[in-house]
Amino acid sequence: MQIHLAGIDYAILIVYFLFVLGIGWALKRYMRTSTDFFLSGRAIPAWITGLAFISANLGAQEVIGMGASGAKYGIMTSHFYWVGAIPAMVFVGIFMMPFYYGSKARSVPEYLKLRFDEKTRGFNAISFAVMTVFSSGISMYALAKLLELLLGWDFNFSILISAIIVLVYIFLGGLTSAIYNEVLQFFLIVLGFLPLVFLGLKDAGGWAGLQAKLQVVAASQHNPAGAPYASGAWSDSWQHMGSAALNPMGVEWFGMVMGLGFVLSFGYWCTDFLVVQRAMAADSMSAARRTPLIAALPKMFFPFLVILPGMIAIALTYQTGATGFKLPAKDGSFDYDMAVPMMLGHYFPSGLLGLGLTALMASFMSGMAGNVTAFNTVWTYDIYQSYIRPGQSDEHYLWMGRMATVFGIAISVACAYVAKQFNNIMDVLQLVFAFVNAPLFATFLLGMFWRRATGHGAFFGLLFGTVAAALHHGLTSSVGAATLFKGGWLGDVLHRYPSEMAQNFRTAIIAWTVCFLATILISLATRANKSEEELKGLVYSLTPRPKEEGVPWFKQPAILGVVVLVMTVVLNIIFW
Amino acid sequence: MHLDVRIPIGLMFAVFGVMLAAYGLISDPEIYKRSLGLNLNLWWGLALLVFGALMLGLAWRARGRESSASPGTEPPPRG
Repeated sequence: MQIHLAGIDYAILIVYFLFVLGIGWALKRYMRTSTDFFLSGRAIPAWITGLAFISANLGAQEVIGMGASGAKYGIMTSHFYWVGAIPAMVFVGIFMMPFYYGSKARSVPEYLKLRFDEKTRGFNAISFAVMTVFSSGISMYALAKLLELLLGWDFNFSILISAIIVLVYIFLGGLTSAIYNEVLQFFLIVLGFLPLVFLGLKDAGGWAGLQAKLQVVAASQHNPAGAPYASGAWSDSWQHMGSAALNPMGVEWFGMVMGLGFVLSFGYWCTDFLVVQRAMAADSMSAARRTPLIAALPKMFFPFLVILPGMIAIALTYQTGATGFKLPAKDGSFDYDMAVPMMLGHYFPSGLLGLGLTALMASFMSGMAGNVTAFNTVWTYDIYQSYIRPGQSDEHYLWMGRMATVFGIAISVACAYVAKQFNNIMDVLQLVFAFVNAPLFATFLLGMFWRRATGHGAFFGLLFGTVAAALHHGLTSSVGAATLFKGGWLGDVLHRYPSEMAQNFRTAIIAWTVCFLATILISLATRANKSEEELKGLVYSLTPRPKEEGVPWFKQPAILGVVVLVMTVVLNIIFW
Repeated sequence: MHLDVRIPIGLMFAVFGVMLAAYGLISDPEIYKRSLGLNLNLWWGLALLVFGALMLGLAWRARGRESSASPGTEPPPRG
């Protein structure tokens, strides 16, 4: 199905582009020092950094991917938010931000250098820099392919226009421009997708009607062993997690809570510079700590915005609603990735359609800008200033930051074309990134809360954790895995998981555990490489507690954190 | 900070609101079959206009407060 855009749709898209570029242009004259460019001069209020914190993570892949998962797995997808993201965001705000912000580190890798040593920083900086550039390339490819399929736009044109716009606004206004645009994009995504949720729910007969229709979905599908699912498998988030065979995700509660909740989500939200950078730009310690907590408030309702449309799409496909929506088929199953875009095309009249597509473009651009601003900072501070040309003037590094923006985007564009040619290369890369990322949270946890952890311990712990992840993935496989990128590339398959997701969660748990234990053992066997004086402000036991004096109670991080957690528990119970 | 982000946000949504609402008034009612018979361009356009105006209002109020504070004083040290 192709969607035809009317003049009004193009007009909305163009107005959006003008505003995005306008923000960059208006901020240009404020970019005087490298701190302005990379850290927004540490002068942004918490509500802005908070919204940017969610938006930077809200790439098009999240909007499309979460909708796809909603169709494929039902409301269990909400665990990515209610078990994964939210608790991790509360943890980073309350317990970790004091060290990130208080240490005056300019990036996450720089924190590792202050806390551990140069080699740990180098390992993290280089793997992170490569990762961000590639992931923005992959999402650029995904968007261009989608626009080609949906609107018949030329692949090259989509890549070029999105790359140029993101380039211009970051080149001009640095991190501030990225953050301001992320806030704009946040509202656009919410206001662009709300009518879709409204129309879809109306068509499905409200929540009760949707639940009834999802029972049909559950009865019509069966698990890999051939048994049908319980009738609530698509609309209950916890009830069918006793064993992996009972739910469409193929994951049991332990793998979910430990793998997704503890290791992967904490690893991402607490250590990924892409999101932490937003909080570091806040105007005070208190605002930095509030950033992820303010972000968590809207974030916990995002399942209704991004997962629900996917659930509606699958429900209507099995039992047609008033206007007869159908998911397209693909390889004997459904083309789940098309759930959200097809819903937009199905329900939105010209006008609103322009707004919906602009929201999709916005989600893509905010994700890409997040990657690019994180890349140019890590490149300039942690690689260029540290290893290539130290001791230059601030002006020189500001210039380098702008150059890094240009070639970071250029490499991303190149990656998008590589992805177009060789799909498998991207699978391999994403796999390698998963291995590198999985153990990271153990390193930060020990670094921040155990003063005895040493540089050698951290570095080799990370290395062993990464290797353990690769080994586990190479020795196991999942049901229905067709290629070696899905596991089993070391020859013998020792264990077969019921789903790829179950395998990934277990890989993460093993990587984390190995890194955690190896870091402890090696630290105990090596001499502490930093004195207590040097560790002040970097380790929990040597840092005075941040005082929140003169901050009204509703702005206290601890109180906000409790409110956020209670609300999350309530959501889990409602959709149990 | 130097540029209140609510100004561009408010302006953009106000423009979107006017565009959608106006389109909703002049467009062929036939196209609203797909949106379940609702002229969502008109109604959502008005909602966006209200949202945009609200943002501009907040920015305007904050500006009034800033200029009434003593001008020329340095902001408190950060960190």
